[in-house]
Amino acid sequence: MFRDKRSDEDFAEEIKAHLAIEADELKSEGLSDDEARRTARVEFGNVRATQERFYLRNRVVWFDNLVRDTRFAIRQFVKNPGFSVIATLVLALGIGACVAIFAFVDAAMLEPLPYANPNRLMSVNESEVGKPLWPLTYPDFRDWQRMNQSFSSLDVHTGAGFLLRTGSGAVPVQGQRVSGGFFQTLGVRPILGRNFNPGEDRLGGPNVVILSYGGWLHRFGARRDLIGQTLDLDNQAYTVIGVLPPSFTFALAGNAEFWVPINSLSTHERTRNFYNFLGVGRLRDGVSLPTALAEMKAIAAQMRQQYPAPGRDESASVVPLSEIVVGQVRPIFLMLFGGAGLLLAIACINVSSLLLVRSESRRREIAVRGALGATPSRLVQQFVTEGLLLALLGSMAGITVAAVLMRLLGGLVPKDIADNVPFLEGVELNAHAGTFAAVICLLVALLLAATPALRLSSQKVRDGLGDSDRGVASRLWRRLGANLVVVELAVAVVLLAGAGLLGKSLYRLLHVPLGFDPSHLATVRVAAPGTMFKTDDQVDNLYQEIERRVSSLAGVESVGMSSRLPVECDCNTDRIHFPPRPYHGEHNDVDERHVSAAYLSTLKAPLLRGRLFSGADDASTPGVAVINQELARRFFPSENPLGQIIANDEGGRPSEWEIVGVVDDVREGPLDAPISPVEYFPLNQTRDHSFNLVVRTSQDPATLLPVLVSTLHQIDLNLGVSDESAMGDEISSTQAALLHRFSACLVGGFAGVALLLGVVGLYGVIAYSVSQRTREIGIRMALGAQRSSVYSLVMRQAGWLTVAGLAIGLVCSAGTSLLIRKLLFGVQAWDAMTLGSVALLLALASLAASFVPARRAASVNPTDALRAE
Amino acid sequence: MSTQKNNDDRITLLQGTLDLLILKTLRLGPCHGQGVARLIQRQSEEVFSVDHGSLYLALQRLEDKKWINAEWGVSENNRKARFYSLTEKGREQLAEKTSEWQRLTRAMELILDGNAGPRREEV
Repeated sequence: MFRDKRSDEDFAEEIKAHLAIEADELKSEGLSDDEARRTARVEFGNVRATQERFYLRNRVVWFDNLVRDTRFAIRQFVKNPGFSVIATLVLALGIGACVAIFAFVDAAMLEPLPYANPNRLMSVNESEVGKPLWPLTYPDFRDWQRMNQSFSSLDVHTGAGFLLRTGSGAVPVQGQRVSGGFFQTLGVRPILGRNFNPGEDRLGGPNVVILSYGGWLHRFGARRDLIGQTLDLDNQAYTVIGVLPPSFTFALAGNAEFWVPINSLSTHERTRNFYNFLGVGRLRDGVSLPTALAEMKAIAAQMRQQYPAPGRDESASVVPLSEIVVGQVRPIFLMLFGGAGLLLAIACINVSSLLLVRSESRRREIAVRGALGATPSRLVQQFVTEGLLLALLGSMAGITVAAVLMRLLGGLVPKDIADNVPFLEGVELNAHAGTFAAVICLLVALLLAATPALRLSSQKVRDGLGDSDRGVASRLWRRLGANLVVVELAVAVVLLAGAGLLGKSLYRLLHVPLGFDPSHLATVRVAAPGTMFKTDDQVDNLYQEIERRVSSLAGVESVGMSSRLPVECDCNTDRIHFPPRPYHGEHNDVDERHVSAAYLSTLKAPLLRGRLFSGADDASTPGVAVINQELARRFFPSENPLGQIIANDEGGRPSEWEIVGVVDDVREGPLDAPISPVEYFPLNQTRDHSFNLVVRTSQDPATLLPVLVSTLHQIDLNLGVSDESAMGDEISSTQAALLHRFSACLVGGFAGVALLLGVVGLYGVIAYSVSQRTREIGIRMALGAQRSSVYSLVMRQAGWLTVAGLAIGLVCSAGTSLLIRKLLFGVQAWDAMTLGSVALLLALASLAASFVPARRAASVNPTDALRAE
Repeated sequence: MSTQKNNDDRITLLQGTLDLLILKTLRLGPCHGQGVARLIQRQSEEVFSVDHGSLYLALQRLEDKKWINAEWGVSENNRKARFYSLTEKGREQLAEKTSEWQRLTRAMELILDGNAGPRREEV
């Protein structure tokens, strides 16, 4: 297309000149002035049409129209910013939520296993009654591997922790021990160096290690010459033989960085009752899952006969590996995805209803333009352009929202899920999510383009000029719209109630009584290699040295040590009895903690009776114990526990501990669990090689952490030092807190969006109805109705819809609260305050949404309304 | 009055012939649009009716092709008018189109006369 060299005005000028000359000539032929001018015009024909044709020559008509329609649409949006902003926002939220959640679903379900032919990979394990998946023993694995015909290869892996010696001290690292063919089975090749050679996984094989890409990059600066060099793991030299590709993750291994072959077995591991190895097999071509399962079950039965033992009643299980990896998160994501889809649908319906309201208020404009000669298709084109522009704005905003949401959601995923599904960390707007976003945006565009087109084509232009049509279509829409709004509001109520309950649970959870003062506590985990701290004296000296050095640090008030941190778990339990009471094997399980003399006072745990440990309680004196109040309450309800004896089985040796003190309940288990009975034994009498250092400081604990780590390394470079953190952070990032925060945020987010959508929907329906009733309102006012009664007329309609939505929502939320009862903590499913707040919030939001159209209705000028319509 | 009578006897111009007629008319010398319309109508003894809108668009088209030039001037009775004149390229085109047209009409004649030929020999 080239630009006009000649303007439309110049052309119009020429035609004017033509008419003048023609008229002159006609006059000279004898016509009167008027007649001559009229005849010249008639003779020329349609001047406008000629000018139109001049304008259109050399133009691509549809493109020209598109440009003009777009300009017009932009002007419309700018003129009416409230509408454009709300519509864009609603679309953006709908599209954003949908795309973000799709990205997670995609990562979790479509691309979970970055291996060759992942659908042929099976988790091959034992199964017990009630425990469908049970690890293998090593001897059983070797037999299964040798006997089976179904799998082209079968391998096992098991977790392992090492102490890696580095320049700045020993660092605890995560690793995996695997059988030799493990990486071949998965179909993964090292990007550097080589895989395990055959024979390297035989007992007594060489110490070799393959590094994960992340480990190679972060710990060794991605040095290529690392291959062939040796590392010190647990004071043994390992030769680095390879580096795994960056894409490699193995969900069941968490974040393992050091992969070594299984070529030495502990005494336990040699037996057929130490179930510690998880099997992974690749199905042979043509073998189906049921066939494989049947064969493995037969082999398991044969083993059972061959090596009979009490309690050996396990069979075999063969399950797709993807099932193991993502089975746990799949329902969550599917539910989320469904929810997001629903939100998007509601968002689209709302925006189309807003578009309808607008097209309704522009009926006169449409009619005038139609009367001036705009063809129906041109009119529809105009509205379609507006719909498309809106879809474009919404899509762009939506993709931005999606990108932000992905970040936020990624940070929210609870750690146990994230560890099992490491690929969730890489969620981003990749090709899949991009394609999905494009499809969603296209669908939205289609819908928004179709809505006004359908509406317009069902409406006669002439009707718009004359009386307004109260046709079937508009009444149908009003009824449908109203019902939809009730549903939307009800959904919002359910989600708001859920979010409120979960939020309150989270608050309660984080404010649960701890039994100690968590502020100003710094903690760090210490592991002393058993190969270097062999004698009791060495261990005692280590404890003393640590206490001495750390106490002298600036700001440190006191230093304690414990085998487990508080609020960690109800684990390391002990089964105890109380001689001389008779014991018949009752399950008296209590949490067992080994603590230094100063530990409980460092925590500021209140002592209720007796005394705490002192430095004098050591290996040379009889065993002593401090118990918590719960243990005293449960086992000594009517006796003085002091002086009583706790007996247990310490590593096969029966031992006895005299109770010397009772402390208040320090929360050892998770925040949301009931307080368990706890026994504390002196660390000096148990001599643990790994323990947590707990330091009370007068400063910000975070600033103490680096000093703490370097001090420990100064004491001995071979100490493994890890997990340094402030106790407050530790508590707020515990499993229970994370899970509650995750669900509260997620439901809260959904609830917010649902509330916004519901309110926008309500606004749409009320505004539409007001636009339809302008004439009626005009008549009422002409007959003497006050503005206040017009307000109440409109607000009453909104009120009914809100009350209906609220009622249905509250009934439904009673049901859903029961469903999420397990997630609630310290809150009843029908918490009156929460439900009341929800009702109030919704009422206020609805009031705001209906106030705008109500004011418009009340400001109708009766004369105008009656004349105009 | 002359432009208005005999409307029924007029023939609408064939597609593409208008360009040729304009070029031919302009060979006599520069002329404005109204003059071209009049001349065509008159020289065809009022048989051709020229739609004025189409005429001006045709003029614009020929101008875009650089077959004719245009400039504003003053008409004989002192009216402002846009005058068109033939360019060198326009002259060549006129010659070419004329011979094309003559070959076309001869061929048409041959066919039309040939069909009727033997019987209408001695009309």
